[in-house]
Amino acid sequence: MPTITIDGQSVNVPAGTTIIQAAEKLGIYIPRYCYHPGLPVAGSCRMCLVEVEKLPKLQIACHTAATDGMNVITTSAPVQQARRAMLEFLLINHPLDCPVCDQSGECDLQNFYMEFGQYDSHFLENKIKKKKAYPIGPHVILDQERCILCTRCTRFCEHVTKTHELGVFQRGNRSVIDLHPGKVLDNQYSGNVIDICPVGALLERDFRFQCRVWYLGTQESICTGCARGCNTSIHFNQLRPGGRMGRRVYRLKPRFNPYVNKWWLCDEGRFGYRFIDEDRIEAPQLRRQGRVAGTGWKSVLDEVSNAIKSALEKFGSSSIGVIASPQLSNEELYLIQKIFVELMGVENIGFSNPWEQHGYQDDFLVRADKNPNTRGAELAGLNGDVRAILEKTASGEIKVLYVFRHGFSNPGARDALKKAGYLIFQGTNWNASAAEAHAVLAAATHAEKDGTFTNFEGRIQRFKQALLPLEDSRPDVEILIDLARRLGYPLVYLTPEDLFMEWRGKSYDDLGAFGEPVEVTAAPV
Amino acid sequence: MPIVKLLSENFGRREARDIRWYRDHGGYEGARKCLFELTPEQVVQEVIDSNLRGLGGAGFPTGRKWTFVPQESKKPKFLVVNADEGEPGTFKDRQILTWDPHRLLEGMMICCYAVGIHTAFIYIRGEYVRPAEILKQAMADAYREGVLGPRCLGKDFTLDIFVHEGAGAYICGEESALLESLEGKKGWPRLRPPFPAIEGLFACPTVINNVETLSHLPRIVVNGGKWFAEVGSPRNGGTRLFCLSGNVKRPGVYELPMGTPLRELIYEHGGGMLDDKALKAVIPGGVSAPVLAAKEIDVPLDFDSLIKLGSMLGSGGVVAMDEDVCMVRALQVISHFFAHESCGQCTPCREGTGWLEKIVTRLVEGQAYSQDLPNLMRVAGNMIGTSICALSDAAALPVRSFLHKFNSEFEYHAQHRRCDVEERKATATPLARSAV
Repeated sequence: MPTITIDGQSVNVPAGTTIIQAAEKLGIYIPRYCYHPGLPVAGSCRMCLVEVEKLPKLQIACHTAATDGMNVITTSAPVQQARRAMLEFLLINHPLDCPVCDQSGECDLQNFYMEFGQYDSHFLENKIKKKKAYPIGPHVILDQERCILCTRCTRFCEHVTKTHELGVFQRGNRSVIDLHPGKVLDNQYSGNVIDICPVGALLERDFRFQCRVWYLGTQESICTGCARGCNTSIHFNQLRPGGRMGRRVYRLKPRFNPYVNKWWLCDEGRFGYRFIDEDRIEAPQLRRQGRVAGTGWKSVLDEVSNAIKSALEKFGSSSIGVIASPQLSNEELYLIQKIFVELMGVENIGFSNPWEQHGYQDDFLVRADKNPNTRGAELAGLNGDVRAILEKTASGEIKVLYVFRHGFSNPGARDALKKAGYLIFQGTNWNASAAEAHAVLAAATHAEKDGTFTNFEGRIQRFKQALLPLEDSRPDVEILIDLARRLGYPLVYLTPEDLFMEWRGKSYDDLGAFGEPVEVTAAPV
Repeated sequence: MPIVKLLSENFGRREARDIRWYRDHGGYEGARKCLFELTPEQVVQEVIDSNLRGLGGAGFPTGRKWTFVPQESKKPKFLVVNADEGEPGTFKDRQILTWDPHRLLEGMMICCYAVGIHTAFIYIRGEYVRPAEILKQAMADAYREGVLGPRCLGKDFTLDIFVHEGAGAYICGEESALLESLEGKKGWPRLRPPFPAIEGLFACPTVINNVETLSHLPRIVVNGGKWFAEVGSPRNGGTRLFCLSGNVKRPGVYELPMGTPLRELIYEHGGGMLDDKALKAVIPGGVSAPVLAAKEIDVPLDFDSLIKLGSMLGSGGVVAMDEDVCMVRALQVISHFFAHESCGQCTPCREGTGWLEKIVTRLVEGQAYSQDLPNLMRVAGNMIGTSICALSDAAALPVRSFLHKFNSEFEYHAQHRRCDVEERKATATPLARSAV
């Protein structure tokens, strides 16, 4: 293990570690454009030049391997001069159209200029004209003039997706990033080039001109698009409801997790956030023959609890059916298990939709199972046969059916729902099951509550509340506790974390930034 | 100094392209001696003893370069011949390829035998259409005669050679960009390490040598490395082909021993300046080499002497300029070349070459700003030592040397927005000008 000294601090690093990685270990940030930890080293932006003792020339920190006894200086006058020089070179043909550029506020040209540049311009010539603002795929728009040719995007398409859509064309300062002839940037992961572009050359068509980034709040979350559980950040703004036709979530960005998604996020997940603001069940409803017969949490929950209570009293727990959902968090599933199985003795309880079509899957991130918490639901022990539950509902054996999230559009299942003596639906968005329900309970989405999901590899990961529950919707845990109290089970949980504490024996803070693998023995039976 | 013809004796002799004529006149004897009498180690030692240096421009000792290739390699090893002669002012490899292709092939055989290589590539400049034809004909002849192929000269040694024509990029003469191009990719220089001797073509150990360097090998093997070293000057073995161009009476390729004074090349072999005008400046080794003033031409033409003078011997392209040449305009030509040929991969070169050209062009066109000269020096300074390959330095060094050595001309352009050379020509010799 070589020991390398950077700016007077020493650190032991594995052989082959580069200076830029060693510096990161010491908390020293070396500016860079072309270097990205998830891509092969290009060494072309020359922004990370540092001084290495005994070497005559400045060396690029992204490619120079740390050797034992190496002494690196990142703050000397030659290094500062080189950084200013590289910034100046990068900016002479850059349009400097920050006021109309979407990247403004999260642009490394701006950031590094403020931190390492601060020179006066000496450029008196005309800037080079290139192609501006043209779509190169369904999600990405390219501005060649803003591009600094760091080639992160071309390397992503070459080495990560291996789809080879983008390349560098022409030579010298006429060089441009462009699509290879006949190609369109339309792969499953095209959105990532927007994230790794350090400047405003590649932008999201969906997000462009919607909001300046400094008006966005950000919260850590987990993608609900499939069983992978990619770590995301939700970028939102609740204060400008008219800003985007009432939508509060503006975009999702991937969040680094070395065990799950590294730096990446698929397009399906990235752009699959619309359900948070669109077609929501905004308030609880009592419905008769498709018409609203009553609203307000008190009256709806009173009626729901009365229905359950009378069924229990007249026909026993076998007259109650529950279909939980792999869309629910571990805490919610734990609570459902507690209330319905432990306390009420319900046996007709399952979670999976037997008719669900499995979607696209590849060997990178995307999983065929489009639910974020199938593994968690399996481990929660809610493995009853949903087909049988629906059959019993159709036959009248089950009098009260409680469906979470699932929209059963299969004709047989739908017929069973229609025949249910009393159907309760708890969910976030309108669907086929909600349309048949006698009571619709408006639940909060994952962006509006705290919790954890267990991904298909058995990793428990936390998501945090970004938004307030929309309108009159409430987090599932609150709804269930309220209901349990009405049914005569006063539970003492206040937050999802209380449930997590009881389940895992630790707090959310102890879970760790990258989550933790669930140990099957520790899971509830 | 005596004229010694090691490389150029067959120049102008059509029959030398014929393999039978070449073999009748001592051709492939060096290769035969290697294959049948010497061990690879002995060949390498002869080349080390010869003080032969890389004549593509860098001047790295050839024998030592070969020793960097790992002896025991599970991967195949390759020889790549750099025939992408693109440095402005350089046209020597073209002569070898055109007149003496078998000498190159024989040199390649010797190198391959010494390093243990069985596959070689010749990357030839795309514009060299006729030389490539001649070379391919020579190769076909050599295969037919059993000189190349599965059993070279009847010995149990295989060598296959492939010719690849470039597509017209100066940067592909840079060895790592050449490898990228040969692999079918965009000609962008690679980061080092790894060096080509360890990971070169297709990530295999690779020797890259210039045409002229390899063409010296047959005689080195036949006559011995020490003999070759004695022809040249200390640490600079043998002769080299100098490409003389510019305002001289007899431009052309001259083979002279290393260490021949620059003055001798221009005034004896080149016949002096055209119309006997005064010499103003000389670029001694292709346009990448910093310019020399007239008073500096007593320098011996070898790698070390020119480095001492702050320039370089480079590719041996000597460009002589007389008193009527405007140095600002000359620099514009050079700067335009580098701006046009910068590959665009790394920041300082991509942006810097274009910026330099724009400023120098304004100086030429009478659009100068007061801060242009210090800015030129500053931009050039920022380009030196910060890039992936040497092209950035090559573009910046002439700027600094031109401004340093011919400062008054640049100052005149900057202050008066006119050319002093043009003015002097117009006033001093109006008749001569109108006659032209």
